[in-house]
Amino acid sequence: MELALYIPELGHLALILALCFAVVQAFFPLIGAWKADHHWMSLGQPAAWGQFVFLLISFACLTWAFMTDDFTVAYTANNSNSMLPWYYKISAVWGAHEGSLLLWAFILAGWTFAVAIFSRQLPEEMLARVLSIMGMISIGFLLFLIVTSNPFERILPQSPVDGRDLNPLLQDFGLVIHPPMLYMGYVGFSVAFAFAIAALLGGKLDAAWARWSRPWTQVAWAFLGLGIALGSWWAYYELGWGGWWFWDPVENASLMPWLVGTALLHSLAVTEKRGLFKNWTVLLAIAAFSLSLLGTFLVRSGVLTSVHAFASDPTRGVFILVFLLVVVAASLLLFTMRAPSVKSKVGFSLLSQETLLLINNIVLVVATAMVLIGTLYPLILDSLTGAKLSVGPPYFNALFNPLIAILMLALGVGVTMRWKNTPVTWLVKMLGPVLLVSAALSLLLTMLADEFNGAVLLVYFLSAWVVFAGLRDMYEKTRHKGFWAGVRGLSRSYLGMHLGHLGLAVCAIGVVLSSHYSSERDLKMAIGDRIELGKYGFVFEGAEHYEGPNYISDKGTIRVFKGDKQIALLHPEKRLYIVQSMPMTEAGIDPGFTRDLYVALGEPLENGAWAVRLQVKPFVRWIWLGALLTGLGGLLAACDPRYRRKVSTRVKDALTTAKNEATTDV
Amino acid sequence: MNPVRKKRLTIILAIVLGIAATLGLGLYALQENINLFYTPTEIMNGQAPQDARIRAGGLVKEGSVQRNEDALTVTFVVTDGDADVTISYRGILPDLFREGQGIVALGRLNAERVLVSDEVLAKHDENYMPPEVGDALAKTGMLKHYEESAKGAK
Repeated sequence: MELALYIPELGHLALILALCFAVVQAFFPLIGAWKADHHWMSLGQPAAWGQFVFLLISFACLTWAFMTDDFTVAYTANNSNSMLPWYYKISAVWGAHEGSLLLWAFILAGWTFAVAIFSRQLPEEMLARVLSIMGMISIGFLLFLIVTSNPFERILPQSPVDGRDLNPLLQDFGLVIHPPMLYMGYVGFSVAFAFAIAALLGGKLDAAWARWSRPWTQVAWAFLGLGIALGSWWAYYELGWGGWWFWDPVENASLMPWLVGTALLHSLAVTEKRGLFKNWTVLLAIAAFSLSLLGTFLVRSGVLTSVHAFASDPTRGVFILVFLLVVVAASLLLFTMRAPSVKSKVGFSLLSQETLLLINNIVLVVATAMVLIGTLYPLILDSLTGAKLSVGPPYFNALFNPLIAILMLALGVGVTMRWKNTPVTWLVKMLGPVLLVSAALSLLLTMLADEFNGAVLLVYFLSAWVVFAGLRDMYEKTRHKGFWAGVRGLSRSYLGMHLGHLGLAVCAIGVVLSSHYSSERDLKMAIGDRIELGKYGFVFEGAEHYEGPNYISDKGTIRVFKGDKQIALLHPEKRLYIVQSMPMTEAGIDPGFTRDLYVALGEPLENGAWAVRLQVKPFVRWIWLGALLTGLGGLLAACDPRYRRKVSTRVKDALTTAKNEATTDV
Repeated sequence: MNPVRKKRLTIILAIVLGIAATLGLGLYALQENINLFYTPTEIMNGQAPQDARIRAGGLVKEGSVQRNEDALTVTFVVTDGDADVTISYRGILPDLFREGQGIVALGRLNAERVLVSDEVLAKHDENYMPPEVGDALAKTGMLKHYEESAKGAK
């Protein structure tokens, strides 16, 4: 007998063993922390390692089944094909329900492993409790996998000769990395959650707790942001109509934890530096993770009409819903029992960084609530009355955009503000020049455009306001050393903050300019037709038959001219993926820093003519560039060496930095 | 009232007012932007409003897709088994738009009860049925029929 035949069984077995380790990890350290028993507490780390190793084995086994075209495994048979290129075979591992849940569990084990390794400086009880909470979450997901969605289920003895292929929409580079990034974020919030619950259990919600949980939150938040941006980029070039955000419920499901996560980042800063907002921070940590679970539920239960809602099974939805309710109910119950009722003694005045961060938090939470209402309202109404409806993008735009404008306005004031109290005269001195420069620059830029547009003027102003206020603050902090020498002396978390804010400004400009200045035409083009759109001329030269590895296609040729000069040669395609006989539009895109040219083929018409969609989208790339900057900002902040300092120095630190860093750091 | 309490009260009042205003605006915006779903039977019975943006859906009837002269205006008929609705759409149809497929269209009904649509949603999975359409078909008993024929085709 060949050993290779048993590899899927090995994977299944490893999954079950990982569950056993998760049970050990969940119970022994918790009881150990309760009884102050070192031996029991010390079981947490090895259990976390064991769980990680066995999930790694399990994941590798499933990948092996895909790479070797083992179609006796039902999941492989449904989502792969021998003709599929090897890199898509790897991404097909998480291309559907079972595999993506295995990836979820694997990433969770990875985060737990990282906590076990990098948190040696944590007090023993704290680490024990954190690992235990993560073990409990892991039990939930592993049970879900093993009971309802086993990826290693076999089709025996009559296994298919070849697989049904990966959904062609997912055969794309963006989809290779979008789910892992997104899951890194979703699952990463479980660390912030575990820290918050552990602190509640231990009854110690202090500055040290906030400092431990900050770098983890920053990394998770950065990954989630990057994952969302990748998804948006993928939708832009792959769905074939050039939209980048649809307020689709599944998109909203990923945006909500990000928004709350953003609020959490800022609130953690206040808790660490000033010892304020503790209860609020805990609630945000619980909310961020609960919303991540809600996202998983919405995507995986099939209750939604969405591009992500592939055929699915309602019992799975019920399992996640129950799990979600247990998590939320248990953590809120614990919160009401253990939340510190003692009032903070430190106060702050109205003009202080605390106030501005509070405004940030309120705006972000209100924005999340708005998105939540718009997303869940149709579902709730449907289950109560059976009425079918959907909430359109105008609802979201009408609410979200003004809130973000308020946020950006507050941001400029917030970065220059000082902790506790800021003199008005000083603030005017700081922000007066920023206001003048932003107003002048935005007016100038708006006048350069052909037509006046209020939204564009506003976004120029707000972005300039954010950027210049940041620069003004950096200038102020480096005054004594000279700008460049001074910047090198600034902490990474401070620089990361400014990078993140810069990303928001860049993204906002991209969103508004591409929404207001895009031009688009759907039309019939015969061979040789030339169409003028904006400053560009598009010439259609027909479409030819073309064969890819697992698809056949009509490959069009469109030349784009600016004046008489050819500036781009685009090949939009209409593909037919053979196995699922599924048509797909591949857009032809000429990307640019200030504009994208976007061409997609519709249907073939008589005499070689085609229905064609032509688009010119100014500054659309800035949307993802901004998101990238924001994500990098988060990662840079998490690299700050002060998070890795030893406990012994930290206590002293906490006392002195509260004074010193209050002026240099957020 | 002492000054600290007065300040606190002002802050709390400001927050409450702010949240109330946003909530009010939010609910108003929600009211304005709800698109109700109607089945072909409901539309033919005159239950759907004219000139409001609605969603309608069903199976695209075999042989009903017609292109106009300029080639980008398409009309087709969707059915739930009991009643039919004609939908007209200008633009490029989604990849998975096919006869016999379940689709959802967004648009406004005109006086002839033709849905003038600006957005057609067809989903990217051959097994996927939009939940609204599935329910509409279940009401008329056509869902069973559809599922059996889909199984037969495989």
